[in-house]
Amino acid sequence: MRFKDNTMTTFLTKTVATATLIVGMAFSGAAIAASELHVEEQDWSFAGPFGKFDQAQLQRGFQIYTENCSACHSLNLLSFRNLMQEGGPGFSEAEVRAIAAEVSVLDGPDSDGEMFDRPGRLADRFPSPWANEEQGRASNNGAYPPDFSLLAKARAATRGFPTFVFDIFTQYQESGPDYIYGLLTGYSADVPADVEMLPGLNYNPHYISGVQIAMAPPLSADQHEYSDGSPQTVDQYARDVAAFMMWAAEPHLVERKAMGFRVLIFLLIFAGLLYLTKRKVFASVKH
Amino acid sequence: MLQKDTALSDTALENDTSASGEDGTRRDFLYVTTAAFGVVAAGAAVWPLVDQMNPDASALAMASTEVDISAIESGQSVTVKWRGKPVFIRNRTDAEVEAAKAVPMDELKDPQTDVERAVEGRENLLIMVGICTHLGCVPLGDAGDFGGWFCPCHGSHYDTAGRIRRGPAPLNLVIPPYEFMSETSLRIG
Amino acid sequence: MSGHSSSYDPQNGVMKWLDARLPLPRLVHDSFVSYPVPRNLNYAYTFGGMLSIMLVVQIITGVVLAMHYVASADAAFNSVEHIMRDVNYGWLLRYVHTNGASMFFIAVYVHIFRGLYYGSYKEPREVLWILGVVIFLLMMATAFMGYVLPWGQMSFWGATVITNLFSAIPLVGESIVTWLWGGFSVDQPTLNRFFSLHYLLPFMIAGVVILHVWALHVTGQTNPTGVEVKQKSDTLPFTPYATIKDAFALVVFFVVYAWFVFYLPNFMGHPDNYIPANPLVTPAHIVPEWYFLPFYAILRAVPDKLGGVLLMFGSIAVLFVLPWLDTSKVRSASYRPTYRAFFWVFVVVAIVLGWLGSKPAEGGYVIASRIFTAYYFAHFLILLPLLGIFEKTKPLPGSITESVLGDGGSKGGSAMPSGAAASPETKG
Repeated sequence: MRFKDNTMTTFLTKTVATATLIVGMAFSGAAIAASELHVEEQDWSFAGPFGKFDQAQLQRGFQIYTENCSACHSLNLLSFRNLMQEGGPGFSEAEVRAIAAEVSVLDGPDSDGEMFDRPGRLADRFPSPWANEEQGRASNNGAYPPDFSLLAKARAATRGFPTFVFDIFTQYQESGPDYIYGLLTGYSADVPADVEMLPGLNYNPHYISGVQIAMAPPLSADQHEYSDGSPQTVDQYARDVAAFMMWAAEPHLVERKAMGFRVLIFLLIFAGLLYLTKRKVFASVKH
Repeated sequence: MLQKDTALSDTALENDTSASGEDGTRRDFLYVTTAAFGVVAAGAAVWPLVDQMNPDASALAMASTEVDISAIESGQSVTVKWRGKPVFIRNRTDAEVEAAKAVPMDELKDPQTDVERAVEGRENLLIMVGICTHLGCVPLGDAGDFGGWFCPCHGSHYDTAGRIRRGPAPLNLVIPPYEFMSETSLRIG
Repeated sequence: MSGHSSSYDPQNGVMKWLDARLPLPRLVHDSFVSYPVPRNLNYAYTFGGMLSIMLVVQIITGVVLAMHYVASADAAFNSVEHIMRDVNYGWLLRYVHTNGASMFFIAVYVHIFRGLYYGSYKEPREVLWILGVVIFLLMMATAFMGYVLPWGQMSFWGATVITNLFSAIPLVGESIVTWLWGGFSVDQPTLNRFFSLHYLLPFMIAGVVILHVWALHVTGQTNPTGVEVKQKSDTLPFTPYATIKDAFALVVFFVVYAWFVFYLPNFMGHPDNYIPANPLVTPAHIVPEWYFLPFYAILRAVPDKLGGVLLMFGSIAVLFVLPWLDTSKVRSASYRPTYRAFFWVFVVVAIVLGWLGSKPAEGGYVIASRIFTAYYFAHFLILLPLLGIFEKTKPLPGSITESVLGDGGSKGGSAMPSGAAASPETKG
C-alpha cells in the first residue's frame, strides 16, 4: 500500500506538472508567432474574474471611434443595436436610434427597382468608410486600415516562459487592449539613428510588425471634448478607445465572467461533495 | 502467501449497508445532496443547448417593414414581406367593407367585428399576415365562397375581413402590429 | 462487453421480458455496475472515463454549433462571429467546444502516458492499445479539420501546410493534394469537405471507443502493480467504487476546464485566427495547435520533405508496434526502476519537442529538434527492447490484495518510504 501510494503521488504530481507545461506550450507558440513584441500591462476595469466594462469609458471610447477612427477603420461585425445590449456601453434605445439615424444606409431595391438611401435603424451594421478593401488601400498609400471588430483579440504580445504559465493563474487576457494602448501612445519623434524611415511611414516602436507604421499619430490632446470631465489627454483617449475595442471584440465578456464565477463555485462545492461521498464509499475498503 | 482472509470487497459492502443510526443518516444526506448537485448540473448544462435554438439577437432585432401605400388603388392588394412572412395589404372597396360589417356575429367561428380588424377612419385598408391559421399555407386573394381569401391546401374560406367562415382553419387571419406613419406610409412591426 | 459471468438479476416482469429479448440492461449492469475493477486503481486511471465524457461534450456542442455554422468560404468566419455575438449562449457553446478540444488532448496525453508508465500495452492488451492509437489518430484528424472551420488566418494556412504534407509522396503526391483540396488551393470545396468530415469522424471515434472498451472488458484493467487480477479480493465492483472516483476526478477536471472557458477562453488559441483567411498573405509564423507541436517539431527536424513527413507519421506508427518493442516481462514501471527513469526522460523529451515545435525552424532550434527527435525514436526502437533484457527489476507482489494490505509479505512489498501517507488518497 505504501508503495502504491508513493508511485501514484509521483505520477500525479509529475502528470500535473507535465500538463501545465504542455498547456503553456500553446501560448508560448502563439505569442512567439505574433511577434517578439513586449507591451506594458495596463489596469483595465474588465480584467480579472470580476471584471466589468466601465460604461462611461465605453461611451467615451465610442465617441473617439466615431469622431476619429471611423474615418478609416470599419466596425463591420457590429450593429447599432449592440450599443444598447447588456454588458456594453449602456446607451438607451432612444440614444441608439438617434445615433443610427445620423447614418445613411443604402437600401432597396424599391418597387421601381431603384436603390435608395434611408436613415439607419437599430438592426443596421456600422457603415464601412470604404466600399471595398481596394478603395481603402488606394486611399491610404496601400495600407488597409484594419477592421476594428476583432482587433483587440487578433493582436497579442509575447509573454514568454514562464510568464505565460503565471498568466493561467492571473487570468491575464488583456494583451490586445494593452497593445492598442501602447501603439496609440507609442509614437515618437526621436527616430533612432539606425532606423531609416521610409517615406510616408511613422516611427512607433510599439507596432507589431516593425517600427514603421503607415498610420500617422491619430490622437492629440484636447482633440475630443469629453462631457463627463475626464481628462482630455492622448493617454485617456487611447485607454478609452482600447476598452471600447475590447468590448467590440468580446461583447459578452461581462456575462461570461459573471457566469464563470457561479459555475466555478458550483463545481467546487460539487467536487467537495463527491470527494466526501467517495471517502464514505471507500471508508471500509483498503485500496 | 496470503495469510489472512482478504475478501475485503464483500465484507466491506456488507459493513457499509449494515451501518445505521446517526452515521447512516449523515451518509444518506451526503449521498442525496451529491446526487441533487448532479441533477442541477445536468439541468443547467441542458438549458443553453435548448435556448440556442430560439431566435437569436439578430432575428429579434429584425427591422420593421415600411410600406408606401399611396399606390394601392381601391380593390387592389399588395403583399409585402415582414419577418420572413407575407403580409397582405388590401385596399378594400366600400362594398367589401359593407359586406364584412353586415355579417352577424353568430355566423363566425372566431367572432370579431370588422372594426376590430381595421383602423377606424381607414377601415378600407386591411392588413393581415397572409398565413392560413390552419397549417401555414398562403391563401389566395379574391377567391373562395365569401369573396375574400381561399386557402387551396385544405379548403379554408375567409371573408372580406379575413375572418374564417368555412373549412378547417380555427382562427381569423392574424393582424400584425402596425401603425400609419403618415397618409401614405405604413410601418409593420 | 464484460469478461466475467453475469450477476444481473431482473427484478420485475418488464425487465425480465426485456432481458429475454434485448439484454441491454444486462450489458450495462455487467459492464458498468458489477464489473470488477482492480481495487488499487489510482487517479491516473480516471482519465479514460473523462475522455468518454469529453467525446460526448464535443459531439453535443458540435452538433449544436453546426446548427448555426455556415461552411462557406465567404460566410464561415462571419457565421462563427454570429455564434459568438448573437446566438443565445453561442459564445458559451463555442468556447466550450474550442477549449474542449484542448482539454480532450490534455486528458488523452495523460491517458497515453499512464499506459506507457504502467505497461498497459503489454500482452494480452495489444489490441486494446492499438485501438487506442487508432482513436488518437482519428482525434488528430478531427481536431485539425475542426480548426480549419472558423476560416481565420491560422485555419487557412494550417490547412494549406498540412494538406501539402501529402505532396511529399513520390509521383502521385501532387494529384493527391489537388484531390484533397478539390481545386488548386485550399478553398471553398476544401472547407466544405472538412466540415463534412469533421462532423463524421467523432462518430467513428465513438465506434472505435466501443471496441476499445470491449477489448478492455475482455482482458480487464491493468493496475499500478501490473500484477493481473487473481482472486475476487483483488477487485471491487465498478459501481459504486470506480463510478464515484471517476465522477470526483471528472468534476475536478471540469473545474480546470471551466477556468479556461470562462476566464481564459482564448489562451490556447491563436490571435491570428481572429483575422479572416487571406489567401494572399501568410502569417509571419505558422504554428499548429499546441497538441500537435511535438509532431510538428519532428516534421521540421528533417531537411528533406518526404523524410520529414515519413518521420512524423513514423512517430505515431511506432506506437502501433510498441507492444512488441517492449521486451520486459514486468509490466509496471513501479517495479522497473531503470525504465521509470527513462520514462520521465521521455516525458521531458516530448515536452521539449513541443516547445521546439513552437519555435521558428532555424539555427539551434533545428539542431535541438534533430537530437530530441532521434531520442524519441531511440526510446522506442533501442531503449525499450534492450531494457527488457538488461534491466534488473524489483520483486513483484504475489497479488493486488497483498500489495494493498502491505503486510502480505515483506518480500513482496517495497522499500519505499511512506511519504504518501498524507495524501488524501490513503484516507479513502
